[in-house]
Amino acid sequence: MRIYAAFVYLFLYIPIGVIALFSFNAGRHASQLQGFSTQWYGKALSNPFVMDAFETSLIVAFVSASCASVFGTMAAVALQGMKGPLRTAFDLLIYVAVMIPGIVIGIATLIGLVTIFDQVNPLIAKLFAEGAAPTLRMGFFSLIAAHTMFLMALVIIIVRARLAGMDRALIEASSDLYATPLGTFRQVTLPQIFPAILAGFLLSFTFSFDDFIIAFFVAGSETTLPIYVFSSIRRGVTPEINAIGTMVLAVSLILLVAAQILLQRGKKKS
Amino acid sequence: MTQRTRNWLLLAPAGLWFTLMLVVPLTVVLIFSFGERGAAGGYVPAFTLDQYANLPARWAAFKNTMTLAPLGTIAALLIAYPLAYFLAVRADPKWKTILLVLVIVPFWTSILIRSYAWIFILGGRGIPALLDWVGIEGVRLINTPFSVLIGIIYGYLPLMVFPIFVSLDRLDKRLLEASSDLGAKPWHTFMQITLPLSIPGVATGCLLVFILLMGEFLIPAILGGGKVFFVGNALVDLFLQSRNWAYGSAVAVTLVVIMLISVTAYMRFIHRLGATREDVSIM
Repeated sequence: MRIYAAFVYLFLYIPIGVIALFSFNAGRHASQLQGFSTQWYGKALSNPFVMDAFETSLIVAFVSASCASVFGTMAAVALQGMKGPLRTAFDLLIYVAVMIPGIVIGIATLIGLVTIFDQVNPLIAKLFAEGAAPTLRMGFFSLIAAHTMFLMALVIIIVRARLAGMDRALIEASSDLYATPLGTFRQVTLPQIFPAILAGFLLSFTFSFDDFIIAFFVAGSETTLPIYVFSSIRRGVTPEINAIGTMVLAVSLILLVAAQILLQRGKKKS
Repeated sequence: MTQRTRNWLLLAPAGLWFTLMLVVPLTVVLIFSFGERGAAGGYVPAFTLDQYANLPARWAAFKNTMTLAPLGTIAALLIAYPLAYFLAVRADPKWKTILLVLVIVPFWTSILIRSYAWIFILGGRGIPALLDWVGIEGVRLINTPFSVLIGIIYGYLPLMVFPIFVSLDRLDKRLLEASSDLGAKPWHTFMQITLPLSIPGVATGCLLVFILLMGEFLIPAILGGGKVFFVGNALVDLFLQSRNWAYGSAVAVTLVVIMLISVTAYMRFIHRLGATREDVSIM
């Protein structure tokens, strides 16, 4: 049994180890080890295309995770204890957002937004002077909008689970003691669900940062880091990609450990 | 401000966002699937079933998805179950959480990079080179259904282990002691107590993995080398290369419908096995 488990752990971690190992390879050929070097990290970090893509990914991940955390938490708080058609509608929306394959979300966002833009752009053009009108197109904002939509569903699920485990008596006690609803939220609810919100934010950030398939459809002329890596892989395996891959894995690992610690701490408090 | 108004205000941003970025786009896909392709690509309004009639043109993609998705799910289950059992029943409680986290963590890291790693291992200088050295020559692993299957198992194993672990961990260990005290052999205890009680976890794990596999694009794109392709790969081709939006929409709608039908049939089947609906949940 133990030996079996050890094998599965090897299976899970050898590929990650192989990438990390080869990223420190001095040789130019990706598949032959020729001594230790950090040159590929230097090359990756001084490649303007990589840094551009990295910056785009970071901004998109930060903005979408922030929007998703704020709006998702608001929705989760409102949905708590709510019944009726509105509740059913939201449950259905969350279910659909999670169930529909990412690739279909990507496609739908692409053709949905392009269709809307085609209708709206002529109207905008009429409002502005000749040539001064901004045109809506796929890019930065469509990327953020699509990620936020999906991540909101994720945050609602995480925060709702935490709210469900909360002691309702505290909220009732607070309002019995004449606290305003906002006061109760700030002093009773928020401190209790805060670890869940932060964990939701970190998971959302990782998800957005690592997402390829939705971004592939909606990024327009923008390039995120996963899109850059994917198109490089198509052109062949290079040590530079190993270095980028190792860095991406390291970033996700750090965020995940942080999220895990927060979720555990939240559980212990209650 | 009444509670009702407050709730409406709190729900407004999420509601608007879901409507604009989920409901409207999905509706557009449904409408487009009944349309026609424009001369220069894109979409021309029409009401025709031509796109659906043309679905057999992409039969290979559907066939691959419908065979490799269930196959990958079952393979992942067979590998995951013993590990989940070990973690929940046998592992030292001190190490349990750490060991479980170690299984889950890879799932939340980039599947793109993790699949890419297998190009090394399965590619010409990886395992085939090793086999060559032992005397087995000419084995090709990369760009075959086998490499895609490995990628699938590797990618989704954590998602399978977790729910099975949860259901086995919740299982009252006294039941197992009682069974062995009453003289049942370990195998009988497993078949009559452990396995039936872990069905909800197995069902959830299979459901999650199957759903994600149905829409898979990256693993076949990276490890299948254009030879083993899923519906996801056909969709990328149709939308980003040939810009055939109407036909692509019909393929996407069909994929979602197949998914819904198989998931519903699957839930019915699990239900008959005795699990309640609340047990099998994805949230």
